[in-house]
Amino acid sequence: MSISLIMFLSFVAFTLLITFWAAKRNTGASAYFAAGRNITGWQNGLAVAGDYMSAASFLGISGMICFYGYDGFMYSVGFLVAYITVLLVVAEPLRNAGKYTMADLLAYRLKPRPVRAMASLSTLTVSTFYMIAQMVGAGVIIKRLIGLDFAPAVIGVGVLMLVYVVFGGMLATTWVQIIKALLLMAGAILLSYLVLQFHDFSFTNFFNAVSHADYAGTAEPKNLLEPGLKYGVAVAGPWGPLDLVSLGLGLVLGTAGLPHILVRFYTVPDAKTARSSVVWAMAIIGVFYIMTTFFGFGAATILKKALILTADGKPDTNMVAPILAQQLGGELFFAFISAVAFATILAVVAGLTMSASASFAHDFYSNVIHHGKENRPGQEVKVARITAFVVGAISIGIAIYLGPGVNAAFLVGLAFAVAASANLPVIIFSVFWKRFNTSGAVAGLTVGLASAIILILLSPNGLFGKAGAIFPLENPGIVSIPLGFLAAYLGTILTPRDLEAEAKFAELTVRAHTGLGAEKATAH
Amino acid sequence: MSDQKSPVDWERLEAKPEFRALLSKKARFIISATIFFMSYYLALPILVGYFPELMKMKVWGEVNIAYVFALSQFFMAWIMAFVYVRAATGWDKSAASVISDQR
Repeated sequence: MSISLIMFLSFVAFTLLITFWAAKRNTGASAYFAAGRNITGWQNGLAVAGDYMSAASFLGISGMICFYGYDGFMYSVGFLVAYITVLLVVAEPLRNAGKYTMADLLAYRLKPRPVRAMASLSTLTVSTFYMIAQMVGAGVIIKRLIGLDFAPAVIGVGVLMLVYVVFGGMLATTWVQIIKALLLMAGAILLSYLVLQFHDFSFTNFFNAVSHADYAGTAEPKNLLEPGLKYGVAVAGPWGPLDLVSLGLGLVLGTAGLPHILVRFYTVPDAKTARSSVVWAMAIIGVFYIMTTFFGFGAATILKKALILTADGKPDTNMVAPILAQQLGGELFFAFISAVAFATILAVVAGLTMSASASFAHDFYSNVIHHGKENRPGQEVKVARITAFVVGAISIGIAIYLGPGVNAAFLVGLAFAVAASANLPVIIFSVFWKRFNTSGAVAGLTVGLASAIILILLSPNGLFGKAGAIFPLENPGIVSIPLGFLAAYLGTILTPRDLEAEAKFAELTVRAHTGLGAEKATAH
Repeated sequence: MSDQKSPVDWERLEAKPEFRALLSKKARFIISATIFFMSYYLALPILVGYFPELMKMKVWGEVNIAYVFALSQFFMAWIMAFVYVRAATGWDKSAASVISDQR
């Protein structure tokens, strides 16, 4: 049995123990969906960071930077800055006024059924996009490690994640995420250390090498510190720079609309802890993404091209980090980094499934179909467990259909665009705009979701390929985000005032800004 | 979904002068902070995309303006978080006093 397989299996065994422990504590909906709201600030900070430092960040971004240099690093920057939006606008009101899902905040003063139905649809869409990205990463890495084929590998990940979610709920998902975040940080620090060691611990040497990156002498040297290798006019045509701005906008506004990040703020006792957990997360995430400088740019100075190309000679952007570990630290470190990447995927996929199934069960099943009343106690949790199976199966299917060639960071970029265009406008308006009404919310969610998806389908990565693309940008954010806001605005002012919703604005405002009447943590 | 057990007069609380003052303090901070960080952040892709030659100018060895500006975004985010938390700690006290007669 290979050493990497042993590391895999010990991680899996350990997380299954956690799941077993959590399953015994899962009594009732608040325990299942929100970990009893007993997670502390630093724990939640680590869990949020863990959810965020996904396979896409670790595998996808290091690959992007290794091949496209500076333009890949733009992802790293956007991923951290995005947390200012979460901190300033979303985390505290959400914790104060919601229960389990993003839609709770929206349904507070608007008509619950249409709003929850649309919010649930958008949550499921974002989670699925995001999950496919993780699944693809999982398939690639397991294939490389154990030699298991892509399809069975993806199915294996899917089954494990379902065990965490179905039996362990939010508590297990959170702890798996915390442990994985610590392992990932340790791996990233060690990898950065080894890269710097390779360059004799001299930043001058390091940046000199990066500015003449020649993939260990196997390619023409190029300056990876110079922007433009992916989005520059010379490479991407006249629309390249605008595409870069659009990507940035999607990243910085998308995070605050990502359902699996938002649900994390329900696992803490109060808004103050929600705030401190964002700060913890920002500290960890920031350090991690600064380190992508070393293991992203650094990879291009150390690895031979042949090691990081696929069989048909295309850049294999998903495998750069593990191969770098192999070259610098040998088989043991390769095994560790791969096991960490695998852990990352499992944990993030579990978090995504958790938020998707919570939204379907709580928003759609309980509140849309059954008008907010449970027929039998515990039904909501049961429905969530069944949904987890369905969502998991769909994502596995799409991931296998798309195959191993898709870049994980790119798919995540699309998830961000949908989250920013559909979810963020309605969250902001419902907390800060009294006149906002149900038609506005439904219009904003529908137009934001539809425009982001349609623009992606018409983009160079969409149905008609590069040549036939009707929409010239790969990243739809710059068009779809304003459309989401505009639709929410017009949908409101073009329809009659909703006096009931406006009357409840006072209540929502007081709750959101003082925490009066907020959901309490369950006693130990 | 309102709290049935405690009849809270939300309108009265919302109309309290100290709550109105808290809201406008918060709004002032959040709006100006958002304008600042969005401009600072979006300046990066705009400058990098449309003025690449300027951004390629080297400032320290091989390190260019583009990289330094990107790196500065991390520190901008951390400083912003620090400033926000300090302000928000002050708001917590005002918020507690607004609802002090409810507990």
